[in-house]
Amino acid sequence: MRDILLSLKEGKLDKDNALTPNHLELSAPPVNRGEILRYAGFPAAVLRKKGEGKRDESYIEVPTDEELAKRLDEVVKLTEGNLTYRISYVCAKVDRGTDGYPVLPFGQHSSNLKTNLENCRGVIIFAATVGAGIDRLIRRYERTQVATGLLLQGIGAERVESMVDAFNEDVKRIAGELEMKAHPRYSPGYGDLPITVQPDILKLVDAERRLGITLNESYLMSPSKSVTAIIGIE
Amino acid sequence: MKILDYMRDNFVFLDGGMGTLLQEAGLKPGELPERWNVTRPEEIIKIQKGYFDAGTNVLLANTFGANCLKFDDEELEQLINAAFDNARRAAEESSGLQEKFIALDIGPLGRLLKPYGDFEFEDAVSAYAKTVRLGVKAGADLVFIETMNDSYDTKAALLAVKENCDLPVFVSNAYGSDGKLMTGASPASMVAMLEGMHADAIGANCSLGPEQLIGVMEEYLEYASVPVLIKPNAGLPRDEGGKTVYDVYPPEFSETIKLLLEKGVRIVGGCCGTTPEYIRAVVEKAAELKPVPVEDKNLSIISSYTHAVEFGKSPILIGERINPTGKKHFQQALRDNDIDYILNEGLKQADAGVQVLDVNVGLPEINEPDMLESVTKELQAVTDLPLQLDTSDPTAMERGLRCYNGKAMVNSVNGKDEVMEAVFPLVAKYGGFVVCLTLDEGGIPETAAQRVRIAEKIIKKASGYGIAKKDLIFDPLAMTISADTTAALATISAVHEIRHGLGANTSLGVSNVSFGLPSRNIVTSTFFALTLEQGLSAAIMNPYAAEMMNVYYAFRALHNMDANCTDYINYAQSLPAPVPVSAGADKSAGAGQSSSQGNAGKAASDSGSESGAGVSPLQNAIIRGLKEQAGNITKELLKEVKPLDIVQREVIPALDIVGKNFELKKVYLPQLLMAAEASKEAFEEIKKEMAKSAEGSGPKRCSFVIATVHGDIHDIGKNIVKLILENYGFDVHDLGKDVPEQTVVDKVVELHAPIVGLSALMTTTVPAMEETIKLLRQQAPWAKVTVGGAVMTQEYADRIGADKYCRDAMETVRYAEEVEKSLRAD
Repeated sequence: MRDILLSLKEGKLDKDNALTPNHLELSAPPVNRGEILRYAGFPAAVLRKKGEGKRDESYIEVPTDEELAKRLDEVVKLTEGNLTYRISYVCAKVDRGTDGYPVLPFGQHSSNLKTNLENCRGVIIFAATVGAGIDRLIRRYERTQVATGLLLQGIGAERVESMVDAFNEDVKRIAGELEMKAHPRYSPGYGDLPITVQPDILKLVDAERRLGITLNESYLMSPSKSVTAIIGIE
Repeated sequence: MKILDYMRDNFVFLDGGMGTLLQEAGLKPGELPERWNVTRPEEIIKIQKGYFDAGTNVLLANTFGANCLKFDDEELEQLINAAFDNARRAAEESSGLQEKFIALDIGPLGRLLKPYGDFEFEDAVSAYAKTVRLGVKAGADLVFIETMNDSYDTKAALLAVKENCDLPVFVSNAYGSDGKLMTGASPASMVAMLEGMHADAIGANCSLGPEQLIGVMEEYLEYASVPVLIKPNAGLPRDEGGKTVYDVYPPEFSETIKLLLEKGVRIVGGCCGTTPEYIRAVVEKAAELKPVPVEDKNLSIISSYTHAVEFGKSPILIGERINPTGKKHFQQALRDNDIDYILNEGLKQADAGVQVLDVNVGLPEINEPDMLESVTKELQAVTDLPLQLDTSDPTAMERGLRCYNGKAMVNSVNGKDEVMEAVFPLVAKYGGFVVCLTLDEGGIPETAAQRVRIAEKIIKKASGYGIAKKDLIFDPLAMTISADTTAALATISAVHEIRHGLGANTSLGVSNVSFGLPSRNIVTSTFFALTLEQGLSAAIMNPYAAEMMNVYYAFRALHNMDANCTDYINYAQSLPAPVPVSAGADKSAGAGQSSSQGNAGKAASDSGSESGAGVSPLQNAIIRGLKEQAGNITKELLKEVKPLDIVQREVIPALDIVGKNFELKKVYLPQLLMAAEASKEAFEEIKKEMAKSAEGSGPKRCSFVIATVHGDIHDIGKNIVKLILENYGFDVHDLGKDVPEQTVVDKVVELHAPIVGLSALMTTTVPAMEETIKLLRQQAPWAKVTVGGAVMTQEYADRIGADKYCRDAMETVRYAEEVEKSLRAD
């Protein structure tokens, strides 16, 4: 990552070799139970009231009844050994078209992305997944123990988001050390960046072979707990 | 020379990486390499000639991604023909003197199959078949299926090869660093499935370097009876100045390959990052070695999509509960197409400790082939236990075997020629481990010797179909001793003879032995112990019977099959605490308690109170989401209170409390669902009681058809609504997810259902929802349509013409109640 960002900084990023995908396996980020419950249907406000307001491991949001807390512990345990944390990314230079929109290695014309990438010289484009294991568990429980299924959905969402947060933080830190600035990530499906760019992004990072991510006709990713995004580098 | 003849006495050398070399030659990211067969043939020929010069025997034509999902028919044929022309040119131009073969290379389609993805298994088979037929026409010497990271996809490709040509076929899977395929399969499970379907060589490629694949290779060599292959990457990719480089170079690479050849691997090459230099180094190292002979491991194994189960060592328990015989409740579930009930029966047995599930869904009034296929698919989506398909209908058997993700048990054949001639061809095609009953046209012989003779006849007949003895398991038939007290002795002796005389596996449906006697479990479990001692390999049994599980765990501990008695100790500790010495006193106290609990329940429900303090024990259990308690208290209450009264006075008021609190935002979704699960537990007990008393299930509320729309594979939201609706007594018909528009309409018309609920989670699937509503308006104008899902809003709902947008499950219940009320008013 450092090498590639350095090449970007020094303007040595050759277009072809920059687009060779890089593959990372991360260690598990700390579990944030508050976020899991938020994904499972607890409004953030309720959780904040119960905790100290901090959003990390120490942020305890003991659910209103201990049965739920117990179930959540069981379900977190179920997922142990069923998660992987994998990312594949490329780094690319950003040019501007005559209309001022950023030109990226995939086709788009999004004014939200244009704003997000303002002043950026490059981007990190990535796909990340926690793997198919969580989908197997969801499949196993969502029909016969719906509450467990719901909590598994929450865990999957929290896991992949936490991983991507950690990755984004890394990019930010390394960019900072090189006296550059990383922007918050931006994903297809938000604002006016359509989800139809997914096939191009996945192809760019060789997601099918490296991460096992495939798309269906409605542009949904399998494994379902996967994320694609773009991080601008200023 | 043919490849199969050549590989008998020689190592076979494959080629190395293609993609990396093409990129160096100028292939752009995202550009399809197969197009270069036509546009840049000279580059392809140059690379492939390099491999032949280095000593490659089997070259993979440049057809990895050549399939009809990426190219239209005309281009596909052109690209495949060009691929073989190029490969042949490379062979002609090469100076290498070795034997040369050209393989049709088949990689994954890039679409994940159901249930995890949305692609149909049969569509995958058809897509692969197209490539296979074109490859055969273009002159392939063999087919090489590779880089498959899903067992089901692998099966689809192999089936397509087997159904469309007679060429030899090698199959290679891509394992992750955990030693499993992405969708969970272990090497042993792949060996079981692929050998069952007669792959000629099997192994692993891509994803990892040779070093990291040693464990996977060792597992292949332990289980495989066919040649094993490896085609690893040049180590792990690393980022160097923005360029991907691999960290293992030819000397190291070939050293590890040499080690694997010494262990018994026979077919070697390279994948990503490897070049002709790697292959040359491997060929040189191999020259110092002699191939290790490939031996039949003579193992009896079956598999699920995750793991293999081996017979003939520790005894195997096969759960018998998925079977309608003599079970009214189960029969009703089959008639109602209540798949969830059947799935639950499977999951409960898995929790009870069985290793295989018998699946029998035969009832005269249902379509058994359809049902067996659908139950097989649904079961393998929720449990990783291998299945034993149990049917006497060969059509149903084929449908089940075809869609099964692994190598199944087949229950059953017997000594009748007609039966064997119907079932053995299916086993030869799809693979399988066959239960063989030792009876024939003359019925069940009385003596052990006669049963053994039938077993011998079956072994002979099976070998004519290429089915070895290791893939047969004999059931010498347990008969009840209440009719003939010598019956058990004959069976016990037959087990001994077949195990030790014929050297074959045995299985028994043990519970028959005690039919007609009181306290049957005592007799059955003792019989089980006696037959285990004679070498019984498996039993079809009831895992809920504690006596049976006692025997199983104790037997394994006594027979040195349970290291440190760990399993036995865990089992023993999971048992309920033993009854204390003063059992009499305790018992009466217990009875008193339960009856007072019953009274308390009645009192509370009579008062109809709503606050936490005034609720009955059952209501408390439901509100707090205590499943087990809810079930147990209901059981107690049923001794005194009528089932429907419990529903009216206990369950519904409790649900209402939770539902109202949910609407008031005092409790949230997970808690609502836990309460719903607990009340479901109570309902299960109530249903059981009703089935017994033949009281009927009481008046059901109106029917409600529910589905996630076409193209959308999200299920949870819909399942939540379904569960809550069922709790409130609606007759819910769940069509699942990704449901075609017309299927929804057909069901609504069939039931004349007054309400339809549609769910969509993605903006991209809202058009499918709109289309479904349009069709409903035309063909089922009476039906009210409510919609929901993450992207849904009131505005959206109005725009696509829905009657109602419901934000959550409770709102859906309220709306359904409203619609039902207006029906009655009409």
